[in-house]
Amino acid sequence: MVNLTIDGKQIQVEESATILQAAKKAEAKIPTLCYHPVVEPYAACRVCMVEVSLKGKADLVTSCNTKVQEGMDVQTNSERALRARRLNVEMLLARAPAAEPLRQIAKELGIKKTRFAVKDPEEKCILCGLCVRACEQIVGASAISFIERGTERKVSTPFGEPSEACIGCTACAYFCPTGAITCEDKYGRKVIHEEMYLGPTTAIRVPSRQAVPMVPFIDKEACIHFKTGECKICAKVCDREAVNYEMDDTLRDLEVGSIILASGFKPFDARRIPAYGYGRFPNIITAMEFERLVNASGPTGGKVLMANGEEPKAVGIIHCVGSRDENYNAYCSRVCCMYSLKFAHLLGEKTKATIYDFYVDMRCFGKGYEEFYHRLLKEGTKFIRGRVSEINDLALTEKEEGKLIIRVEDTLIGTVRRIPVDMAILAVGLEPSVDHNQLAKKFNISCSQDTFFLERHPKLAPVSSFTDGIFLAGTCQGPKDIPDTVAQAGAAVSEALALADAGKVELEPITAEIDDELCSGCQICVGLCPFTSITYDKDKGISVINDALCKGCGTCVAACPSGASQQKHFRDAQIFAEIEGILLV
Amino acid sequence: MSNGTFEPRLVGFLCNWCSYTGADLAGTARMVYAPNIRIIRVMCSGRVDPQFVLKAFREGADGVLISGCHPGDCHYQEGNYKALRRHRLLSKMLEQFGIEKERFRLEWVSASEGTKFQLVCNEFTEQIRKLGPLNLHQNGGRHEQGQA
Repeated sequence: MVNLTIDGKQIQVEESATILQAAKKAEAKIPTLCYHPVVEPYAACRVCMVEVSLKGKADLVTSCNTKVQEGMDVQTNSERALRARRLNVEMLLARAPAAEPLRQIAKELGIKKTRFAVKDPEEKCILCGLCVRACEQIVGASAISFIERGTERKVSTPFGEPSEACIGCTACAYFCPTGAITCEDKYGRKVIHEEMYLGPTTAIRVPSRQAVPMVPFIDKEACIHFKTGECKICAKVCDREAVNYEMDDTLRDLEVGSIILASGFKPFDARRIPAYGYGRFPNIITAMEFERLVNASGPTGGKVLMANGEEPKAVGIIHCVGSRDENYNAYCSRVCCMYSLKFAHLLGEKTKATIYDFYVDMRCFGKGYEEFYHRLLKEGTKFIRGRVSEINDLALTEKEEGKLIIRVEDTLIGTVRRIPVDMAILAVGLEPSVDHNQLAKKFNISCSQDTFFLERHPKLAPVSSFTDGIFLAGTCQGPKDIPDTVAQAGAAVSEALALADAGKVELEPITAEIDDELCSGCQICVGLCPFTSITYDKDKGISVINDALCKGCGTCVAACPSGASQQKHFRDAQIFAEIEGILLV
Repeated sequence: MSNGTFEPRLVGFLCNWCSYTGADLAGTARMVYAPNIRIIRVMCSGRVDPQFVLKAFREGADGVLISGCHPGDCHYQEGNYKALRRHRLLSKMLEQFGIEKERFRLEWVSASEGTKFQLVCNEFTEQIRKLGPLNLHQNGGRHEQGQA
């Protein structure tokens, strides 16, 4: 601990403290601009000047970054300190006359007008660099810095353009003491500059506007705090103190009677079809990206805009991307036709664009779907029947200049067409989710040819799997839309509840049994049973089967040298008779 | 034998969970395959006692197929591995009896592989047709007949 005097007041503070922190404890008021408790002090504005006497030597120091020393005598309002402070404030005023907190300090110091030349009466930035330090130390993005020198010095992103390093966190605006950096309230949140790309959002966010439960989560991959240990801005602004960085994934073992698999799907990766140009042309987007684009809480506030910020004049929707295609997935993904029609409708509602819809077959199979298709036909969407072969930007005429060219065979008029559009939406199909195969292994579920989980019977047991007590729901079993998923999920739940409600489990009747008279007690069967249902009874000298554990595979029966082990309904004699029977003719 | 061409008589022991369902799928999907195979359903390929195979050959089968789940997919965890072990041993024994090991086949067919079942049946039938009838009873075995 260090003892010092501030404005005649004796106080004791920690060795690491600065004069400013000590003054706060001594309740002495020192004006500051570029100081913020969570950011390293930099002493840029120099309005926190104080006079310090130590061992008979008096000096002017900036209080924000000067450490306390034993026996210091600090004068926060001495004539010499005030004079220095006034000069500094006057010079700052000449640079940033519009900065409100600066004018307040000037007023308190009795300054009416600066004697130096004012360059820009609207300027607010005092070049304190608090924003630069916050961006570097707190956010860890280092997206802004000082550029130029001398009188041209200013804070900016590289080349004054929206930076890729900027994560749009608005921390710079939050830290700016003079309000020189502003952010707008847009799309229901604060934005620092217009986002025009469909990249990731902030690291803490609600999964979607319709998320249930409506609770934000922290994306650890993107969060600054989990990289640098700094930031924690979300925790600082949360009044409820709900942000918890320590919370971790916990693994819990639950004992359950039945399991419903609903592991869902992943959208087909459009990059796998290079001819469609996804990833090469910015205005070729997938269905998921279009969903985000038209969403009212999306990056453009629901406006359909191209990468350059303009509204498209012509949009092409391409069906069956990765579906019904021998090269990728042979199956129909079922949902794409209808969501494509929805997109066409939304485009008609939100833009004046000409909408082209390239379909292979229009599959409007559900209730009210065909009617919706007819509505779109009346709304003027141009439907072209044919699989798109390629999307490129190779213009042949002046009209095609700067456009995306969709090449397609129009099978209804029997000719190959080139259709120039501004934006192309790829209606990607459905594929099993990422960890589908691991799940299949773990739960011993078979997969059908299209790699989705196989149900026990397509008509009689469409929600059961081959393993008792494991049921399937939703797109893990095959592509399906929301109504079908809800119906199947409901069925799966009732199957599971029926099991729980019965309170008892019906065992497979096809179990193995051992004839006491014939068993010699050789114990070959004991080692073979994968379910350890066979034990050796030492007293009787025979093997015994536990009926509750036996699943009835019959592997012990096949191995029994004395024929003592027999499988109900599949006895040796029965199978021998079968063999004789089928080979009679 | 009918119309002069040799029609092999094949016996298939199919596992209830994979191959039998796969064969069912081939049927419901109306896939056409050689009608020579006569199927016996067992709960698991591990249930197939070597005696069944010998019995089938004795009763006049020209070929025997055992078909189960793919390795790792067994409904009973490891029954198909036991079938694999037994198949290896029995193949050796059959050769000593004078029955070509090609007449005894083990295949993995999953419940979704109707096409594979079709392929296996057609292939196996063709293979046995080339080998000709087994004729265990008439000539005291094909082995001796070959030497004569």
